[in-house]
Amino acid sequence: MTNHWCDIANSDCILIMGSNAAANHPISFKYVTEAMKRGATLINVDPRFTQSSAKADIYAPLRTGTDIAFLGGMVKYILDNDLYNKEYVANYTNAPFLVNKDFKFKDGVFSGYTKMTDNTVLGKYDKSKWAFQMDENGVPKMDRSLKDSHCVLKLLKKHYSRYNTKLVSKITGTPEASLLEIYKIYSATGKTGKAGTSMYAMGWTQHTVGVQNIRTMAIIQLLLGNMGVAGGGINALRGESNVQGSTDHCLLWHIWPGYLKTPRASNNTLAAYLKKWTPKSNDPLSANWWQNYPKYMVSLLKSYFGDNAVLANDFGYDWMPKVDEGTDYSWLTLFDEMFKGAFKGFFAWGQNPACSSSNANKVRRAMANVDWMVNVNIFDNETGSFWRGPGMNPSTIKTEVFMLPCCVSVEKEGSITNSGRWMQWRYMGPKPLGNSLSDGDIIMELMKKIKELYHEGGAFPEPIMNLKWDYMTDGLYDPHKVAKEINGYFQKDVTIKGKFFKKGTLVPSFAYLQDDGTTSSANWLYCNSYTEKGPKAANKDTQDAPNNIGLYPGFGWCWPVNRRIIYNRASVDLKGQPWDKEHWVIKWTGSKWIGDVPDGGWPPLQNADGTPNPKSKYPFIMRKHGHGQIFGPGLNDGPFPEHYEPLECPVEKNYMNPKQKMSPVAPVYGTEADPHVYREGVCDPRFPLVGTTYRVCEHWQTGLMTRPQPWLLELQPQVFVEMSEELGKLKGITNGERVLVSSPRGTLECTAIVTKRFKPFNIGGNIVHEVGVPWHFGWRWPESGTEDAANLLTPPTGDPNTRIPETKAFMCNVSKI
Amino acid sequence: MNVTRREFIQITGATAAGIAVSGLGFGLSPVKSHAQMLKTKYGKETTTVCCYCAVGCGAIVHTSKKGDGRLLNIEGDPDHVINRGALCAKGASLLQLCENDNRLLEPMYRAPYSHEWKKVSWEWSLEQIAKRVKETRDASFQHKNAKGQVVNRTMGIASVGSAAMDNEECWIYQAMVRALGLVYVEHQARI
Repeated sequence: MTNHWCDIANSDCILIMGSNAAANHPISFKYVTEAMKRGATLINVDPRFTQSSAKADIYAPLRTGTDIAFLGGMVKYILDNDLYNKEYVANYTNAPFLVNKDFKFKDGVFSGYTKMTDNTVLGKYDKSKWAFQMDENGVPKMDRSLKDSHCVLKLLKKHYSRYNTKLVSKITGTPEASLLEIYKIYSATGKTGKAGTSMYAMGWTQHTVGVQNIRTMAIIQLLLGNMGVAGGGINALRGESNVQGSTDHCLLWHIWPGYLKTPRASNNTLAAYLKKWTPKSNDPLSANWWQNYPKYMVSLLKSYFGDNAVLANDFGYDWMPKVDEGTDYSWLTLFDEMFKGAFKGFFAWGQNPACSSSNANKVRRAMANVDWMVNVNIFDNETGSFWRGPGMNPSTIKTEVFMLPCCVSVEKEGSITNSGRWMQWRYMGPKPLGNSLSDGDIIMELMKKIKELYHEGGAFPEPIMNLKWDYMTDGLYDPHKVAKEINGYFQKDVTIKGKFFKKGTLVPSFAYLQDDGTTSSANWLYCNSYTEKGPKAANKDTQDAPNNIGLYPGFGWCWPVNRRIIYNRASVDLKGQPWDKEHWVIKWTGSKWIGDVPDGGWPPLQNADGTPNPKSKYPFIMRKHGHGQIFGPGLNDGPFPEHYEPLECPVEKNYMNPKQKMSPVAPVYGTEADPHVYREGVCDPRFPLVGTTYRVCEHWQTGLMTRPQPWLLELQPQVFVEMSEELGKLKGITNGERVLVSSPRGTLECTAIVTKRFKPFNIGGNIVHEVGVPWHFGWRWPESGTEDAANLLTPPTGDPNTRIPETKAFMCNVSKI
Repeated sequence: MNVTRREFIQITGATAAGIAVSGLGFGLSPVKSHAQMLKTKYGKETTTVCCYCAVGCGAIVHTSKKGDGRLLNIEGDPDHVINRGALCAKGASLLQLCENDNRLLEPMYRAPYSHEWKKVSWEWSLEQIAKRVKETRDASFQHKNAKGQVVNRTMGIASVGSAAMDNEECWIYQAMVRALGLVYVEHQARI
């Protein structure tokens, strides 16, 4: 979230789209309701009438996978009716930037496209065709009057000129009147002093156009001046208690702690790596915050290797693994490789891929191809026990499985980071039950044993032997020692910015980190989170800040440097005065900023008399050029979002782009375990129904931490398929009947729930039915022998940028048993 | 008087109970106050943050100071600025997650082609896992890729997990697998 949970109360209009916050993040509704009491409008757009819809002022249905068409229509409406915030757009976004004349969009593809046939991905783009025009100093050319025909705003207007409500309605199935009503009400937040916010979740991310779904909303938010303000922002409602923290610490192939890049094979020295990944801006008004990259990387290496990391050995850079250029190592590829027999060993640590992965049958079969597997969990799960699951014959499965019991969160101490980036400390209640141990203890003990083995030699022992591993106290894992390492230490007595710091003391903030080995910090974003007094995450001050907008700066701690609303320097005008006088985030007093921790302490862009202040910086400090990106030239699938159909969809052609049905650069996996029904111009009559997955309040994720509980299982005992009364009638299926849901990947026995919550869509004159299955179930609990996972049905494809699987859209059928 | 919401509830609760029983004219009050004291007298009070979604709701945990040292109660924390005491169905069932007969309490091992789990010790499990990590890493370690570039990586092991761990655990986990040379490192955030 750019903002945070309590901040939703400050909004004037809340768009819940791509999530069902009322059911899946119920406490968020405390703040939605508070905003509504103040007069805010709640809009909900969803294929199904959900608990969030029931609370909304306006509900509109849309067919799964058509969000870009819906939101693209809103971009057109805002531009056609001149509803954007001109001062904000002209000064804070890249709308005035001039784009290379090679940029074009024709027949559903952008310029620079090459189709690929020998790879998992369908094609790729040469992004240099989308670059900005640069002046003689290497600064992007801009026209702040927004009149140049090559400026981003003009290109945006041209791109979305096709997204008229008639065409949008034909694609989405949303009535035109609903589109217009929602466009009108949401666009009204473009008025100075008004704020609109977006609450989304996996309903936007789990698509072949996932990143671009969110980009479309980001464009709307920038046009309306809703970024950086209280009650605004782009707010991802994250689904796991510490998925924000685990992402910040980068348990992902492509990033290292603090969103640093995983080194590529061609980055053969630390200098080459830093040169490649440290962005350069020639614009004196751009803070280009990532210019500090070397300080963060060297401090991280100091944390990995401690005293063993020195200048002479590039701080141990060579010891760490490098990935090949242009190669993907993400989730879908990982299991594809496992299916093909690439791995001997596999860790499934605190996760249940046998149920959570798209095309779960392939994952279950893949696990039979590894020699050994370590499964760490609170409960025996479908992953650890895959060898005795449905359709498996243990006598033919070679995999050795070590299943290790970890304890639950209240039985250990440590911190987690919520969706609003708030880091909070948890304490140990009871001791771990039985012989279970904390994950921290298991990790520490395992690596200690591996280190012992490498004492006797082995392949390239340097990284293992040199890894700093002193996070235990009295033989037990000590979270405080790690938390301090994450914050970072001064490695010697040093004076920085006129302040003296003693060796071994904690670094007060990332502004003091150095690139010469003087400091360590295991994650620069968390530098400032631990002081000599203890973890700031443990702070419990319930007082609000003077601006009284629910920042609660003394409650927990939030990255970066306790800034509760990021991009907050866009919440003020050029003179530093808030757009919204009532819910102000920061303001300039003439000599300093007050309110939230500002996004950098530089003065406003203009002095009080309206003259430019050369000491200022543009507000979007994490962007190379300092501006919010309406035009996004760095993405793999185009600088503007475009409507493409999901891999599996109910239309023969894409009505927006008749020559290009799905994303032209999406990955599609192709082993015999990856059947799917994608073809231009054709639909497969065997699978006539749109399928989607969702969650219910009473269960969580694959259900592993809720299905073994008697109360929650009693409330939601079975996997079900929800369908409209019209479809029920058509198929002769009644409420409560057991049915079979099938897709090209698998079948799932479900209880039919026939409701008014789904309604058939009118898509281009055809009636299209959609059904939904909650993805919380699996065969292990309850032990009924009939329950299993919705992901047996989901497809082998994902987003071209992130490769998040397209688990929200596929084609299927439902039949009576 | 400057009191937090929770203290306020505690104070007013006690007063209300006192008024209620005093109206009856005989001494029910010891029983009543004994019941109200249970949590604090025999229980250690700690705070936690819910382990389900990422709203980050606060809860109060009471653990028995006597007997088995197990949980007495978990309830929403009224002093928490996000949830103000409220919890959803899952958060309200936290106690059942912890005190659950289905929990895995011993390391278990399944041998190749076996039809059953076998209870094993921590010492044996971790030793065996460390041995397999070393064998696989040593056999699959790549110093250079096909282009001859130095890559120093382990291709024979993959890892997924976990957003269910604390920040500090996540950090040491990624440090361990990266020092081992793994490049296939993924978790919940990808899906």
